[in-house]
Amino acid sequence: MNKIVAKQELATKIKLVEIYAPESVEEAKPGQFVILHIDEKGERFPLTIVDANISKGTISLVFNEVGKSTKQLGILEEGDDILNLAGPLGNPSEIENFGRVLCIGGGVMIAPLWFVASALRKAGNEIIGVIGARNKDLLIFEDEMKAISDEFYITTDDGSKGYTGLDFLNKILSQKNINRVVTMGSVVTMKAVSEMTKSYGIKTMVTLTPIMVDGTGMCGCCRVSVGGEIKYACIDGPEFDGHAVDWNLLVSRKRIYLPEERISSLLNERLGGINP
Amino acid sequence: MIQIGGTRIPMQEQKVQERIKNFYSVPLGYTEKEVVAEAQRCILCKDAPCEKFCPVNMKIRDMIRKVAERDFKQAFLIAKEDNAIPAIAGRVCPQENQCEGVCPLGIGFTGNGINIGKLEAFIADWAMENGIKEKFYVKERAEKVALIGSGPASISCAVDLRKFGYKVTIYEALHKAGGVLQYGIPAFRLPKDIVEYELSYLTEIGVEIKLNNVVGQNIKFQKLNQEYDAIFIGTGAGAPLFMGIEGEKLKGLYSANEFLIRTNLMKAYKFPEYDTPIVCGNKVGVIGAGNVTMDSARCAKRLGAKNVQILYRRTKKEAPARDEEIQHALEEGIILKELVNPTRILGNDMGWVNGIELIKMKLGKPDKSGRPRPIPIQGSEFIMEVDTVVEAIGTKPNRLFLTKTPELETTDWGTIKVDKNLMTNIKGVTAGGDAMRGNATVILALGDGRKAAKTVHKYILMKNST
Repeated sequence: MNKIVAKQELATKIKLVEIYAPESVEEAKPGQFVILHIDEKGERFPLTIVDANISKGTISLVFNEVGKSTKQLGILEEGDDILNLAGPLGNPSEIENFGRVLCIGGGVMIAPLWFVASALRKAGNEIIGVIGARNKDLLIFEDEMKAISDEFYITTDDGSKGYTGLDFLNKILSQKNINRVVTMGSVVTMKAVSEMTKSYGIKTMVTLTPIMVDGTGMCGCCRVSVGGEIKYACIDGPEFDGHAVDWNLLVSRKRIYLPEERISSLLNERLGGINP
Repeated sequence: MIQIGGTRIPMQEQKVQERIKNFYSVPLGYTEKEVVAEAQRCILCKDAPCEKFCPVNMKIRDMIRKVAERDFKQAFLIAKEDNAIPAIAGRVCPQENQCEGVCPLGIGFTGNGINIGKLEAFIADWAMENGIKEKFYVKERAEKVALIGSGPASISCAVDLRKFGYKVTIYEALHKAGGVLQYGIPAFRLPKDIVEYELSYLTEIGVEIKLNNVVGQNIKFQKLNQEYDAIFIGTGAGAPLFMGIEGEKLKGLYSANEFLIRTNLMKAYKFPEYDTPIVCGNKVGVIGAGNVTMDSARCAKRLGAKNVQILYRRTKKEAPARDEEIQHALEEGIILKELVNPTRILGNDMGWVNGIELIKMKLGKPDKSGRPRPIPIQGSEFIMEVDTVVEAIGTKPNRLFLTKTPELETTDWGTIKVDKNLMTNIKGVTAGGDAMRGNATVILALGDGRKAAKTVHKYILMKNST
């Protein structure tokens, strides 16, 4: 059992939970994830780690209430327990002094990107931070990202704050002598960023979030294709070279259970968010 | 009337039409009357070949004798002396190749040996229902032993280490203990309440089980090695093998591991009551012919598939699965398609499996395994329509643990190297079960656990005396 010690709504349907996980916190590094299993009947699902507070014994997670499990997690309050939490799983993001790193976070993944970017900064990198969301109301971790960035940009799909779309990145990529790009966000965002950076020949790391079950290399559900080879996101990743990822396969495999996810979600709504 | 010899008392089973719609146990178990009659058939051989062929050398003859005398309690205690989990071994051991296979009553009469497995399961179930437990006095010792993984190897190792008096802690990666007993073997073959019961016994005798602990991830192996006086690695062979053919990225293609983990551990057969879904089509092809293949095929049937075909490159005779599992699968309407090997998986433009290309095979001269080598017949490829494919061609040890323990010597197969006492190249670190053997059986893992416990005990005594 792992207790939720703090909870915060960051934007509509985007929440942060701080969970007491003393057995996980010490090894938790930026870029890794945990698997949650909220109750006996729940599914195991991964969330990327957003922060680890060793003195408090807590790790923080940020999630978007999109499916049954995240909606259920969203209903839990401070003091409530999560039945099972395993992790950190996966490999940490590569943290070295690369020089100047462009860190691009999209949507809910801005939060774990901040954790990676903070570590990169500590390692001596100059950080150009970019955060983006559909609109200004969905931007999260703005102050946090700003605080660790030497230069900071905001973009929205609808232009309600900062730049519109990702085209402005071309200017940064061509003028700023970037040594590395790290991006976390939706598949659409990471794919678009990877395609842009490819022409500049800048190494670009992405974090893949395919469907997982055990998260320890047992089932092969999370297999992705990177550089023409099959990799397991759970134990080979989740961070991969964005220029080598087969994005279409990732999108396709993320959709395997769409009808079932819809059924779960609808049932959940009808039952008021309580597991039958 | 006591009848020595005679024919095996048939086991009552769930009717096929019923059982393919549920995940309850297929064998219904002997009644008291039946079990006694079956035990009374035993001729009590002086040399008891059944015991010699038991990987844990269970005192089978004495157990049978006690059942014949209706002394189920004693029978249970005898079984428990050498076998930590009789309720489980009785159900999943390949008895036909071990105890039952060498029973004189079965010679020339295949399948007529004493039904030792079902006897064993009966007495263990009886003990569970009547609250009978093995009691032993533990003289506590100060030393601590960590066991990695909570499958059959670790279970038996834990029991023996407790008997020696050690403080035992099991580290389990998943949210439920039991390893393959929990995630792999389906409930219709091994009901999960039995697994839970056997595991609760571990807790009762003072074994600490730490779930959600992935050694190498949230806790380093090196740290365990410092904190504990000895270690047993029973991490199993939990990583799936894929054939490496075209089309394996398609949706609707599962590793048997994923198919079984979703179905058993996550209870996808109860979706949407349980949240984890599984997509099982109407026409399912299951590749392989081992127990896991049978399990996957029978799960597919129970998930509602109309047409389930096992695709095997040799013939039924060479299939590594237990006779009982093959028999049950065939009874359930599953087709065993012999002498075919998949060459590629075909998909539609939405990325879903819609067919499998197979090549016909013929049998050649025996290969290293002693079985005839399957040889493809050139140009004999044909396409079979399927919407789900499950690859059940074996598993290998999980590299997650191994990559985080580079100091541990392994074989080319990725199994852990051990000496004859199951000690690895690291002092005080033992290994057994599938992590050391590759794909083997529950009973061999149980045997390894016992042996490793002895090695650990010896090692600690030696260390203390120097």
